[in-house]
Order: sequence, then C-alpha cells, then structure tokens
Amino acid sequence: MKLLQNLFDGMKPNFEKGGKWEKFHTLYEGHRTIAFAPDLVTKSKGAQIKDATDLKRVMITVVIAMIPALLFGILNIGHQHFIATGAEGTFLDKAIFGALSVLPILIVSYAVGLLTEFTFCVIRNHPISEGYLVTGMLIALVMPPFIPLWQVALATIFAVVIGKEVFGGTGMNILNVAMTARAFLYFAYPAQISGDLVWTYLGDKPAVDGFSGATALAVAYNSSVDGTPVVEALSTHNAALGADYSFMSMFMGWIPGSIGETSTLMALIGAVILVATGVASWKIIVGGFGGAYAMGLVMNALQVNEFMAMPAHYHLVMGGLAFGVVFMATDPVSAAQTELGKWIYGILIGVLTVIIRVTNPAYPEGIMLAVLFMNVVAPLIDHYVVKANKTRRLQRATV
Amino acid sequence: MSKIVKLKKGFDLNLVGKAPLEFIQVAAATTFAIKPTDFPGIQRPKVLVNEGDTVKAGTPILLDKAMDQVIYASPVSGEVVEIKRGDKRKLLEIKILADATVSHEKSGALDLNQDRAALADKLAASGVWPNLIQRPFGIVANPADTPKAIFVSGFDTHPLAPEVPFLLQGEERYFQAGIDALAKLTSGKVHLNVDGSKAVPAIYSGVKNAQVNQFSGPHPAGNVGTQIHHLDPINKGDIAWTIAPYGVVQIGKFVLEGIYDASKVIALTGSEMSQRGYVKTFTGANVSTFVGGKAQADSLRIIAGNVLTGEKVDAQGYLGFYHNQVTVIPEGKYEEFLGWLKPSSSKLSFHKAIGMFSFLNRGEFKVDTNTHGEERPFVVSGVFEKVMPMDILPTYLFKAIVTEDFDEMEELGLYEVIEEDVALCEFVDPSKNELQELVRHGIELLMYN
Repeated sequence: MKLLQNLFDGMKPNFEKGGKWEKFHTLYEGHRTIAFAPDLVTKSKGAQIKDATDLKRVMITVVIAMIPALLFGILNIGHQHFIATGAEGTFLDKAIFGALSVLPILIVSYAVGLLTEFTFCVIRNHPISEGYLVTGMLIALVMPPFIPLWQVALATIFAVVIGKEVFGGTGMNILNVAMTARAFLYFAYPAQISGDLVWTYLGDKPAVDGFSGATALAVAYNSSVDGTPVVEALSTHNAALGADYSFMSMFMGWIPGSIGETSTLMALIGAVILVATGVASWKIIVGGFGGAYAMGLVMNALQVNEFMAMPAHYHLVMGGLAFGVVFMATDPVSAAQTELGKWIYGILIGVLTVIIRVTNPAYPEGIMLAVLFMNVVAPLIDHYVVKANKTRRLQRATV
Repeated sequence: MSKIVKLKKGFDLNLVGKAPLEFIQVAAATTFAIKPTDFPGIQRPKVLVNEGDTVKAGTPILLDKAMDQVIYASPVSGEVVEIKRGDKRKLLEIKILADATVSHEKSGALDLNQDRAALADKLAASGVWPNLIQRPFGIVANPADTPKAIFVSGFDTHPLAPEVPFLLQGEERYFQAGIDALAKLTSGKVHLNVDGSKAVPAIYSGVKNAQVNQFSGPHPAGNVGTQIHHLDPINKGDIAWTIAPYGVVQIGKFVLEGIYDASKVIALTGSEMSQRGYVKTFTGANVSTFVGGKAQADSLRIIAGNVLTGEKVDAQGYLGFYHNQVTVIPEGKYEEFLGWLKPSSSKLSFHKAIGMFSFLNRGEFKVDTNTHGEERPFVVSGVFEKVMPMDILPTYLFKAIVTEDFDEMEELGLYEVIEEDVALCEFVDPSKNELQELVRHGIELLMYN
C-alpha cells in the first residue's frame, strides 16, 4: 500500500495551489480518499473523536443492497430472451446474455454520470460526493434492458444536471435523481420505454408462437379494458410457454420489466439489508407496501373495472412497486425527513401508485410518478410536522 | 415532588481508559491559569493584575467590563508569571505560579438570611460565581437576574467521565450549604438530578432544600440540558441557571468559611494516560505533570475535559474552569487503505452500515482523533433524532442556524441547547459537520442581534 501512497504523494504537488492542475484538486482528493480513508483529525474544540462511519460507507451499503436485484435482473433478461425465442438455454447462457445487455448500460450510467459530477465539482470546487455511487446503479436498474445507450447517457446527464446539480449537488436535490432519469426518458422517448416490444430482446430470431412481451401491468390493464378477470389473464399469459404471470412468478421476478425491478423477492432482500443496517427508514418501506395494499383493498370495494377487482396483494408484486418503495422512496435526501413525515410519505406513495395504476389509461406503471410527486410534497409534509413541534414548544410557554 | 425520568434515546461510548476509583500519586501541578476563552459570554475581558504581582486564592484577576460585578479570581496564591495574549492582543491565559501552601483572601462566613441581591453581589465578588451558568446560551449567570430554577446534574454520563459522588467525598457539609445558598438565589426550586440506575449516594439522598430527581438512560441523560428539558423546559424569555456539583461545594465553602477554595478532584483518563485515577488539584491546573512522561509525544492528543466536549491542549496547557477530567488518546493522523469499506468490529460506531460490526462488540473501544471521513452536506436523516432525548428536531435546528433564520432558530428550540447537548449529534454524524461550533454560532447570533 506504501506504493500506492507514494504514487499519490508523487502526484500531489501538481494539484496543490500553484500546481499545474490546481483546478482539478477536488478530483485528486476524491480519488485519494477512495483508496485511503483520509488522515484528517478532529479540531481542537468540539468532539475530539468521531464515529467510524462516513457517507462512503452508508452509500456503499445501499449499493450492496441492490446487488441481488442486479444479479437477478441479469439472469432474468437472459431467461426472457430464451423464452421469447423458444430456444433452449442453460443457466450460464442466460447469465452471459443478460450480462452483455446490462453491463453496457451500467457502465454508461456510471461513466457519464461521474463525468458530469466531476465537471461540476471542478467548476464549483466542491469535494466529490458519494451520492452518485448509488444513483449510477439505480439509473441502470430502472432502465428497460434494450434501451439505446445514447438514451441512457442523455437521461443520466439530464438527471444529474437538472435533478441535482442545479440545486447545489448531493444532499440538496428535491427529486430522486434516478427517478428523474427515468421520467425524462418516459416523457422524451415514450415509444422506447413502453409497449410490448422493449422488454425482451429477440435479435434476428422471430418470436415463438403465442409469445407476448407485455409486462404484467400491461396485461392487467388490457384485460381490464376487455372486461376479463385480471388474475385469469395474468395466469394464462404465455402459459403455454411455461412463463405465466402467476403471483408466484411475479414475486420471484421471472417476468419482463426494467432490469432490476421485476423481482419482489430481491427487493425484499435489499430491504432487509437496508433496514438491518439502519440505512433506510423502515417506516417508509412498511408505509409504502401498506399503503399500496390498503388502497388495493379500497379499489376492490369499488370494483369499477376489472383492474380494480384484482386482489390487493397482486399490486405488491407487479411492476416496480417493490423496487421503487425499497430503493427509490427511501432516498433520505428527497424523502420526508421527520419521523412522522416518513410514515405519511411512505403510505401516500403506496396509495398513489395503486391509484395511478388502475385509473390512468395511458401508462399503467404508477410508482415512478408516485415517488416523484411525493418527493415534491415531502417538504410540505415535513413543514407541518415541524410546525407541530414549534406549536408544542409555544404552548408549553403559555401554559 | 421528585421526578423519575427514564430516557431511551442516546448512546453510551464505552471507551478504554476509565479511571479506577482511587487517588493516585502524581507530581502536583505548580502553575495554574485563568482562560477567558472558557467563558463564552465574556465580551470585554479586563485583566486586574500585572505580571509579577503576588495574589492570594480569591484575589480578583479578571472581569468582564460588560458585567463587572462578577470577578474571576485566582484559584491559588502565588505570583502572576505570564499574561499570554494571542493574535490582535486577544487575552488567552493568565498564569499563576502557586505557593507551596495556598493562602486565601478571607471575608468571614456568609449569612444566608439576607437580601437576595446582596447575597448575589457577595457571591459574585468572591470568585465562585462563574460556576453558575445561565440557560439559554450557556454563559456565566448575571447576578441581577432571578432564575426560575437552578439545576444541578449530580452525575456525568460523558465518555470516561469521573464518578461525581467520588469527587465530593467529605464535602457533604459544604454541598448542603451550597444548595442552601442556591435556594436563596432562585424564585423557584433547586433541582438536584441523580443517576436513577444506581442507588442514590448518601451525599445526595440527605440533601434538604432541593428537589431530587432521578434520570436514567444512556448519555446524554447526565447532561443538565437534557434534564431541564424534562423537568421545566426553557422558553423564550425564561432564565434558568445550572451549576456542576463541585461548583455547589465551592459556593458552600465560601458560605461557611468565607474563602474561595478552588481545590477540586479531577480524573485522569484515556487509553494513553500514563497513570489513571483521581488526583486533587485546583481549578485551571497545568496538565503536564498529570500526563507524565508521555506528554511530549506528538502522536498523542491531550484533552482538557472529555472526548465529546473537551478541548485539545498542548503538553504545557491548562485545564479549563469547568473541567474535571484530563483525557489522553492517540492522534489519528494516518491514512487507512480502504478505511471506509473495511469491515471492523473494533472501531466505535453508532451506525450499523455494511462492515460496521461494533454493535456486536460489548467491550471497550480504543479511539483516536481521526475523523474517519470528510465533511459532506447533510444526507442521512433520522440519525440525530436517535441520540437527542429532547422534543427537538436537530436537523431542522441546524439548518435554521446555517441559513441564519432567527425566527426558526427560536421556534425550533435553540434556547434549550448549548454545545454539549449536540455533542453526540456531532459524533454520530456521517457527514462530519462541526455541529457544536454551529450551535455556538447560532447562540451568538441570537445573543448579539
């Protein structure tokens, strides 16, 4: 390690004041502190010791929590491909196929995002923050598997610049950065991010007879339009190919969808990691699932269309709800920050997701809009929770 | 009506280097200092002595021209050897070389059956007064005010803190006299708050003229700010006073014997302290003899006070007026390869993020002064709330100070906290912000605007 330290030390004069790359000082520090936790000591007044946990460790915890979803996503993309083309594929074939389509997206997301971030850090002379470690992974996981890479790059730049940097960088953003990327694509290139054809890669082979690449939410929506029971439509979808959308296969995640969102199980594994490590708020996660389930029950009672009649627990495993609630809603910067606020915020995300799903004719996936909408509302929720605290203090004074 | 309060929020830092409950033999300190910087409220300090003057214990050394009835007195008798000034002639230390035996300025026993104002004036002129601290703001109390209550925390939950009842052994008579004097100064009650997790020590259980309340739970249960919040919180316009138990003893000695006796027992603690235990000395003692031969090493940090709220001093530095502890720990000036990622169960952390297994480790932790990361904007939410056992929203309060929003600062409870109340927040913050400094900045904004 001495070698690496010497290497950094050798470069250091160039980045110091008066050095030829003085402007890029923040990049030097950023990389050095990744290799080595810095040799900073506490000031002479105030706390003389500090907790051993820093933001880097918090962020890497979130990245690790997403790895099950990433690995499953890779495998599932291969799996969907072999179902669609009717070919036989081993576990390894599927994994390699999936990796070849996912890794470029991941690389583009990180490379473009970090480059944008670095540019801003140099211009503003900010230290490089760890936020993008998580955002880069999230952006990749919410992309459809066969999205053109230039769209990934464009969405990433848009999200980092408009979603985050214009507000002042990490910790200052109002909207969840990864959801901003996804929303950008949805509104800018709707054809490439919805419909039946974007989720599965066929290559030059024709689809096997009877195959439909529609997502579970699209199937549910269509059956609702046709007036057939949703559960039946889901369980018979692609059933001849052994790839139905039963509750269990949706829970496991063997369905088409964005890279990381299909498996509820993997999202729950991530949730366990995040809650056990104390990094994410369990209140938001429980609130999100609870709100969606409760709203599902309300919809069951109304039963205006077949989608509303779908059993409430189906909502929890369809689409990106689980992924969104676990990884997106819990982003501490854009979520509500008071403890009571977190309950309200989480529950409303679940509720809104289901409302958007069953009532919006254009786009059956609700979690994206629900999270973004609640990001905007979160400060308002907090405002009232904080106001209650102030009022308690004021009443105490006048009693 | 004594109160029993059980607190859940907070965090006990279990560190290596506790002082065993015994007196140890170390060479006595010979020089002592008054440091105006110990008293954040002092605006215009004025030195009343010159270098070379001889003084007795209790001789006025310093006063604040903004509140000149309060004097800051010499803790020992001897010779003023140096008046140390810093940049822009800022007054830093007034050093006194002590005589072998201390002689006192004497004024005769104090009759408590007199007018409140007269009593306050006599105490203010005696040297014991700066022990009384005003809330809000954490500054030296103004004798002209009548506080709504006076709070004494009878125990200390800071890391490696001394056992307070041990410091007070043999001082029972003076402690009671001090409490009696305090009871005259307030229009309300004197609250004596004791550790509810242990049997109440005799010195507290027999106390008259005070309401004895029990607090239990992790640190900061022993912080007087926490206790005030649960007993009789401070609102805008309120004034309460706080005082540490040995301050009560000093007042008691002045009441009964008419002298300013600045002697006190301090604890020598910390993993690198050469000899741990308790020693008798005086307020403002030079630390060099306590830390022994290790004092010279650059690789050590000598802290006047405890590791959360203390102050770095050099090997020839002095304890502050309010300190009753010296802590020595290693400096942390080293780089650690992938230190942010490496799993560890031996690094002290409040968090359980990936690789931090310290929550499984029930033993004592050895700590150093490394910050374990760089300063960042606030990102993680809900952490400060877990170590703040008050109905206060720390993140919002800090942001109000950062943005210098006066109304918000007031409404969110800045009147209820001083540095020590947010020290744990500063420790656990993964974004490594200097929150104690921030809170003092906010207090100064409120005080002087």
